[in-house]
Amino acid sequence: MKLKQTALIGAAIASMLVSGYAAAQEQFIGLPSYRVGPYGSNGASLYGGWIDYMAMVNARDGGVNGVKLTWEECETEYNNARGVECYERLKNKGPTGNSVFQPLSTGITYSVLEKVAQDKIPMVTIGYGRTDAADGSVFPWVFPMVTTYWSQASAIVNYIGTKAGGMDKLKGKKIGLLYHDSAYGKESHAIMDKLAEKHGFEVQKVAVAHPGNEQQAQWLQIRQQKPDYVILWGWGVMNATALRTAAKTGYSRDKIIGVWWSGSEEDAIPAGDAAKGFVAAGFNVAGANYPVIKDIQTNVYAKNAGNMEDKERVGSVLYNRGVVHGIITVEAIRTAQEKFGKGKPMTGEQMRWGFEHLDLDGKRLAALGAAGFMPDLKISCRDHEGAGKVKFQQWDGSKWKVVTDWIEADKPLVRGMIEESAAAYAKEKGITPRDCSKEM
Amino acid sequence: MLYREAGQFKATYQEDQQIFPIRQDRVGMAVILAFFFAAVPLIASEYWLQAILIPVLIFSLAAIGLNILTGYAGQLSLGSAAFMAVGAFGAYNFMLRIDGMPFLLAVVLGGLCAAVVGVAFGLPSLRIKGFYLAVATLAAQFFIVWALVKFSWFSNYSSSGVISAQEVNILGFAFDTPILKYLLTLAIVAVLALLAKNLVRSATGRRWMAVRDMDVAAEVIGIRPMRAKLSAFAVSSFYCGVAGALYAYTYLGTVEPEGFNLDLSFKILFMIIIGGVGSMLGSFLGAAFIVLLPIFLNVSMHTMFGDSLPAGLGSNLELIVFGGLIIFFLIVEPHGLARLWALAKDKLRLWPFPH
Repeated sequence: MKLKQTALIGAAIASMLVSGYAAAQEQFIGLPSYRVGPYGSNGASLYGGWIDYMAMVNARDGGVNGVKLTWEECETEYNNARGVECYERLKNKGPTGNSVFQPLSTGITYSVLEKVAQDKIPMVTIGYGRTDAADGSVFPWVFPMVTTYWSQASAIVNYIGTKAGGMDKLKGKKIGLLYHDSAYGKESHAIMDKLAEKHGFEVQKVAVAHPGNEQQAQWLQIRQQKPDYVILWGWGVMNATALRTAAKTGYSRDKIIGVWWSGSEEDAIPAGDAAKGFVAAGFNVAGANYPVIKDIQTNVYAKNAGNMEDKERVGSVLYNRGVVHGIITVEAIRTAQEKFGKGKPMTGEQMRWGFEHLDLDGKRLAALGAAGFMPDLKISCRDHEGAGKVKFQQWDGSKWKVVTDWIEADKPLVRGMIEESAAAYAKEKGITPRDCSKEM
Repeated sequence: MLYREAGQFKATYQEDQQIFPIRQDRVGMAVILAFFFAAVPLIASEYWLQAILIPVLIFSLAAIGLNILTGYAGQLSLGSAAFMAVGAFGAYNFMLRIDGMPFLLAVVLGGLCAAVVGVAFGLPSLRIKGFYLAVATLAAQFFIVWALVKFSWFSNYSSSGVISAQEVNILGFAFDTPILKYLLTLAIVAVLALLAKNLVRSATGRRWMAVRDMDVAAEVIGIRPMRAKLSAFAVSSFYCGVAGALYAYTYLGTVEPEGFNLDLSFKILFMIIIGGVGSMLGSFLGAAFIVLLPIFLNVSMHTMFGDSLPAGLGSNLELIVFGGLIIFFLIVEPHGLARLWALAKDKLRLWPFPH
């Protein structure tokens, strides 16, 4: 009996060792997800899309050059303290530690901003987070990719300009800004003031306190001030309420332009008919007709392995945004492997190099089946943003329809503000910015 | 047997008045302090220090603050998180605007700012009581967070209202590793907890308790309710403020006003309810319970079910179990975890020969 037990334990240990050996060719990605709490449904779609993409890469290609992707979720509840705990818990998992940290929460981003540099783990914040971190010379470890809030605001103003018939027509116009009264909403102020000064329009800022499920007073104010357009800078329940209240007070919805956190199915469907005609920006588009989504359906969902409990949401705005997260993560691993050795798991430092040299041009995106799905992306030491473009989509009552091509931000203006703000941070913290001309 | 104080004679007033009158308590306290100061830094991993021990200590301090106000002085408050925010932003601004500001002084000054704000919002307590006072402190919660977002001077004109803590440096010695940050937090929390323990058994503490138990009677025997209530608000807010400063400097490093929202206030309130209202030990136990239990549930869900459980279901299950356990503890022991320890002490006194 004893012998048998010993043999069994021995076998168990041996098999663990073997599996440990096999696990060496794995790339671990820690997912600080949230599926409960006020923004739980948003988190479920986004992390679902991301996990499905990685599962698809594992199933279709056997990983990245043979390196399997592994991941583990850690529930943050969109809470900063829980996010820090998840960051610490996931930090040293897998053969090379956590490859990248993407919390999908501006608050958690700020909470670990300084830790990632010490621990040498890149942090990628796609469409949220600290805007001035786009200056990679001051923030080598932080990548606010694709588009920052400031670029988005500028792109929205450009879109309004084209709607009005030229940027010079903006002079004397009034643009309302209905914002979530938080750090996230306040990100819009500096850039909107600057743009107003440049183009000669007037910004009327109207604050909505969290969570924003009562906006009668705000919309009455908007009705009195009669802005020509209203930018909806909301999050969660505030968006649907804004659309419903706008309908009640008789403000035309096609003059409301939402930011990307206002423009998902989760925002439009609860508003019902009131959402019809509403336009929102997005750095990715909705729809399940892209080859990349079809690949996920054939390689993952056809085998009953998908992460989404509600399969109808595959192809929604937030799901597709999760796929964008997956594409960027996987392509950074691929880029890093090309430099540091194919078929090997990458460390945090190597991943950082991969992110900094990421180059997703039209050809590469087409090869990934994501042409038109997201903008071209080219990251450099100096520019951690990479694209700065958005597309606009209109809600037709049942789904989002793309109505524009990629619209660019006023890059020189935004870049100037980013550099100014990053320089102030560097001065306060005593950081000497990297010399990007010497970086390889 | 283990807890018998027989044979421990007190021959002087000093011995009679000491903070831990029973030898077993003194020895136990020394062992606990030695363990946390000497042994934990040697054995704990970075994860334990950064993600578990430091937040538990900081929330214990905040819970002590609220316990002073609610547990000892009987004034219900829902503004603890806001007072933490005042402490954090206060300390940040003192460090930022005064050259060569020593860190510890900045923390104390941050705490004092919180105390001043606490007294201001404690003024309604002179007229209103109980749940109505809770609503008045709710105003503090919303007003302070709003003011910190609205006036960007507080965050040094950062575009998003977020502050990022300066380096912690005491007498030229940088506290930059998790171990050092842990030791610094532990030292501050230990000193302040001892002070609080002493304070509540002093004349001030007795005045608070008299006001808590019956304010009319307290007034009749010559206690000034205004002074007692406002001093409780001041001391309580000071503790919360110091906890907030530590939250910013030794725990997160970067904080935003929204981080100190109503949820956090409720959390601190739950800590003292679960731990034990009117008990120093309860503050620590409650903080540990509320901080650790969700993490423990999350980890055990992962190890038990792995990937077989859909992630969304797992996260919701954690919340259900967490809520269920809170209700369970409140039914089994309405006086909190600290009461369990008191009961254990009584049992240990007779053990192993109960009547």
